[in-house]
Amino acid sequence: MPALPLDEAGKYVAAAYIVFLTLVVVYVAIIGAKIARIDRELTELASEDDQ
Amino acid sequence: MIATARTILRKDLRLELRTKESVPAMTLFTLTVYVLFHFGLDRDSLDGELASGVLWVTLLLAAVIGVSRLFAAEREQGGIDGLLLAPVDRTSLFLAKAAALFLFLVAVEVVAVPAFGLLLLGPGLGGALPELLAILALGDLGIAAVGALVAALAAETRARELIVPLLLLPLLVPVLIACAQASEPLLRPDQGPEDLARWLGLLTLYDVVFVLLSVAVFDYLLED
Amino acid sequence: MYSKGFKPLAGATVVTLATAMALVFFYAPLDADQGFVQKIFYVHVPMAIVSLCGFVAGGIMAIRYLRSGDSSWDVRSYVAIHLSIILGVGVLATGAIWAKASWGHWWVWDEPVLVSFLVVVLLYCVYYPLRFSIEDPERQARYSSVFAIAAGAFVPLNFAAVRMAEAYTHPRVLSQTGGNLPGEMRLTFLVSLLAMTLLFVTLWKLELISKHASMQLKRLKRKLAEREAVAA
Repeated sequence: MPALPLDEAGKYVAAAYIVFLTLVVVYVAIIGAKIARIDRELTELASEDDQ
Repeated sequence: MIATARTILRKDLRLELRTKESVPAMTLFTLTVYVLFHFGLDRDSLDGELASGVLWVTLLLAAVIGVSRLFAAEREQGGIDGLLLAPVDRTSLFLAKAAALFLFLVAVEVVAVPAFGLLLLGPGLGGALPELLAILALGDLGIAAVGALVAALAAETRARELIVPLLLLPLLVPVLIACAQASEPLLRPDQGPEDLARWLGLLTLYDVVFVLLSVAVFDYLLED
Repeated sequence: MYSKGFKPLAGATVVTLATAMALVFFYAPLDADQGFVQKIFYVHVPMAIVSLCGFVAGGIMAIRYLRSGDSSWDVRSYVAIHLSIILGVGVLATGAIWAKASWGHWWVWDEPVLVSFLVVVLLYCVYYPLRFSIEDPERQARYSSVFAIAAGAFVPLNFAAVRMAEAYTHPRVLSQTGGNLPGEMRLTFLVSLLAMTLLFVTLWKLELISKHASMQLKRLKRKLAEREAVAA
């Protein structure tokens, strides 16, 4: 079973899957960054509170 | 409830008769668009699918104008708050506004459809008239129900004039499809209805869904 | 509130996704008519199905919000719709790629699913300006919910209408998913569909966790600011 024939058709199929994976990765990255920022602000506030 | 709806409706109709703001504008608009199509398509006469498409797209665009102005009177005179303070149930308000929009559309079509027959349509309107009236009636009902809903949804957002067309037109795509497809065989030189029943059936389903939905959901709009 | 069970869910998603990809490229046979290009369907069709279910689910969650007044339902509805719009754009993109590969054009009007998605995505794009042009949070939630319900009811009607229209002008030459998938293709398709569904639920939960955390943070900041104002 061939995995990726790199002719015409293969390019399009690869493009479709890349579009899909890119959407997922970008989305997860954005949310991940948001959560990281919230974590950071929480620790800042916690340390402020202690002072 | 019906009585309240009738009162609001009568007020709106009287206001429109006095100020003549919506219906003449919508009618003039359709005539202008016919002229645009004449120049844009570079055609003297249309029939079949082109005719059907031009007629219905024009009517939909005119409906957008009507919907934008549906709550205008209340907004301009601060009347919406007055309506809301009085114990008017939202269903009556919806019925009244939808009925008003329906009647406006009918009034526009009384001029716009014959005008279309005069200006752009190749074959005559006469042979197709009864079926065309049925399509117009069911189509207008759908436009009226969805139009009243969209008008209320957009009534209090800041970007009202932008949101109404963007919201209304996609929602009316099924109506456009059904009406255009149903009208197309009627506007051909060899007039005769084809598959009218299935398109009228689709229109009826759409109308039922959106009237019921709007009635159910209107209570949550325009509250304070 | 939302983080319970997230890690196993995410894990299951990754595993299923990997399995699906492996099946697509190493197990599923080549399609007799379309050849290798047909493999796009294993990502395009599940995206379409999950996106549509997401829109309808968003509408149902909106109904729950209106009946209960509990704003967490509104947030769930918003995230479901938001994700479905992104998936919808993905459907259009992969659909265009497939159209180009099959027919040489980046867009075709022949495929009712693709055309319906164009209308649906255009409609749901208005969700954002509608929602964010209303400032009062309770009103924002209410109006968004009404939109979500109307749009959710619209989706099946639109599909029916477009399909009826296309049947007239463009008889469907290619059957997309077709009921008669040979066994290996069907298995691959079902696993892909499962993977896409798990992915949607995982991302949905992930975004809900993020929103919940940021709301907690805002509340905490406000409380601290109040405390400082009182102390001063």
